[in-house]
Amino acid sequence: MAETPLLSVRNLKVEFPTRRATLTAIDGISFDLKKGEVLGVVGESGAGKSITGSAIIGLLEPPGRISGGEILLGGERIDNLSQTAMRKVRGKRIGMIFQDPLTSLNPLFTIGEQITETIMTHLPVSEAEARKRAVSLLEEVGIPAAAERLDAYPHQFSGGMRQRVVIALALCAEPELVIADEPTTALDVSVQAQIIGLLKRICKDHGASVMLITHDMGVIAETCDRVAVMYSGRIAEIGPVRDVVKNPHHPYTVGLMGAIPTLVGELDRLTQIPGSMPRLDAIPKGCPFNPRCAHVFDRCRAERPDPIDVGTSRVACWLVEEGRNDRASKVEQA
Amino acid sequence: MLAFSIRRLFQALLVMIVVALIAFTLFRFVGDPVNQMVGVETTPEQREALRERLGLNDAVIVQFARFILNAAQFDFGTSYQFKQPVAEMIGKRLPATLELSVVSAIFAVLVGIPMGVYTGLNRDSFLSKVFLSASLVGISLPTFFIGILLIFIFSVNLQWLPSFGRGEVVQIGWWSTGLLTWSGIKALVLPAITLGLFQMTLIMRLVRSEMLEVIRTDYIKFARARGLPNRTVNYRHALKNTLVPVITITGLQLGTIIAFAIITETVFQWPGMGLLFLQSVQNVDIPIMAAYLMLIAFLFVLINFVVDLLYFYVDPRLRTERAIK
Ligand SMILES: Nc1ncnc2c1ncn2[C@@H]1O[C@H](COP(=O)(O)OP(=O)(O)OP(=O)(O)O)[C@@H](O)[C@H]1O
Ligand code: SF4
Ligand SMILES: [Mg+2]
Repeated sequence: MAETPLLSVRNLKVEFPTRRATLTAIDGISFDLKKGEVLGVVGESGAGKSITGSAIIGLLEPPGRISGGEILLGGERIDNLSQTAMRKVRGKRIGMIFQDPLTSLNPLFTIGEQITETIMTHLPVSEAEARKRAVSLLEEVGIPAAAERLDAYPHQFSGGMRQRVVIALALCAEPELVIADEPTTALDVSVQAQIIGLLKRICKDHGASVMLITHDMGVIAETCDRVAVMYSGRIAEIGPVRDVVKNPHHPYTVGLMGAIPTLVGELDRLTQIPGSMPRLDAIPKGCPFNPRCAHVFDRCRAERPDPIDVGTSRVACWLVEEGRNDRASKVEQA
Repeated sequence: MLAFSIRRLFQALLVMIVVALIAFTLFRFVGDPVNQMVGVETTPEQREALRERLGLNDAVIVQFARFILNAAQFDFGTSYQFKQPVAEMIGKRLPATLELSVVSAIFAVLVGIPMGVYTGLNRDSFLSKVFLSASLVGISLPTFFIGILLIFIFSVNLQWLPSFGRGEVVQIGWWSTGLLTWSGIKALVLPAITLGLFQMTLIMRLVRSEMLEVIRTDYIKFARARGLPNRTVNYRHALKNTLVPVITITGLQLGTIIAFAIITETVFQWPGMGLLFLQSVQNVDIPIMAAYLMLIAFLFVLINFVVDLLYFYVDPRLRTERAIK
């Protein structure tokens, strides 16, 4: 593997200094994302998925800040760029899609105005060309009568249609990476699959890699090449989707897989595992999962496990590291 | 849009009729107009003749209809005290008050909005804190005090600006303007600041709190994530979303400015309607009071109407219907 990964996150740490204490929201995560790859990111609410996305695109809300590690895009560091330089990365090289399409578009400007201003910010084109591009993008994301709809306002579109517009906006300057933060959570169930399908197809057509943040293991299994499972601001397990789903190693991942809705039965939010994730000011010593882990042993409470290679995956768990993996899966099945 | 305008027009008419009723009642019940007009030596027969001539013996409803008809033609009768047509007297004073009020409002908007944007975006900067503390002072000091303070500093001590009057005015038709002469403009500065200061601080605080709210919205985050320059995000995307409440308040405040110009006009001996109104109250000069009341109501209604139209202009959600599924 000589090829440089498109995105490389190295030991990233994100802190929120507060009056009482400094909260560590992201505590040393590392992962790579290859060109054209779709990486899923899952984890319970508060695991740090959105913060990771914000950190990569350089939009952490103050007082949040990157306190350690590096982020490399195409082999170059972007975490220490100036405001102006980073602004040129946003939209141009990294596109972002947020959760709620109803509120992502400015209600006072037409769709066309918002797309053309973005295109013209990043590409040296005339307004007429930008409009032409906007129309073809809207057609690509499946907006009917795109040329006429260019002058419509966001409130004139339904939720699903608006999310299509948002996708067009994120892709309009041909970014190499698209970060989609729960892009369908706010949508009607009936259009969720469509939108995910569209997102995947269009990113593939444009050659963009995707970081797809979601709660839905089903979506991950269908859409992603690799998946990172996050817990308490760390990566518990990361690996090819097939391996992680079929043969999870980390006890937390094992629990998550039990939470995949098998039928249409809705098991929303990954709450199958008893207990809940610790708050940032109360993360236990050692492995952050230890209060909820069925296999916890002494070392888990004392030392923090670091990710190690296990087959094609990387897993952060003492049980795995000490080669008691067999016992884990046996106990799980019992 | 058209239906909306017509509905608003009806509402405006209704408001004007109610105000007319109040003004009319003033005539009927505050003193006897005949007593105000004649001397002590007038005989009862002469009084009766006058009552007849003025139509005071007609049915109340007929009198009211006549009042409205006259008012619609800007005929508010004759001042008891000055024996001059009221419309003419007000016409002479109106330009002074309107120029003062409009310049104050422009001052309030042009200074208030940028200060609001600045303090909203740079919440913790030293300058923001200075602006905010200063605005607290601006809000809590009474107008006459600010006026006197300004006179003391800029007229008495520094002698830069005049402390009273309008300076030289130029007549354009029936409109007398002080905006075309240097002395007229100089005379306008202190009263306009005095009158507009409260509104300026109000607008600044409003824009600030709206900005704080708007910059936290998803569409602003998304605009930043699209890599738009800060200027575009702040002044195009964010500011426009703060405008609806700002337009509302500014409109209402313009009405208030006109109505409350009285105090400022008194402090600066500004020859406007406020001063005239004060004199008319002292002399129970009801035709002037009634006309002033109607005029202020009319201006309020007019401003509200313009504000509503501006909403349409700013917010597309009001002027376009939902469409595509
Ligand atoms: N401004 C902030 N100040 C302090 N802590 C914060 C702030 N923003 C986020 N956090 C904390 O950072 C942690 C990670 O938040 P994040 O939004 O990344 O979670 P998430 O995995 O995206 O969850 P969800 O699935 O609910 O979107 C949470 O514990 C949250 O409380
Ligand atoms: S390190 Fe220990 S507590 Fe943590 S997941 Fe593994 S077995 Fe459970
Ligand atoms: Mg999130």
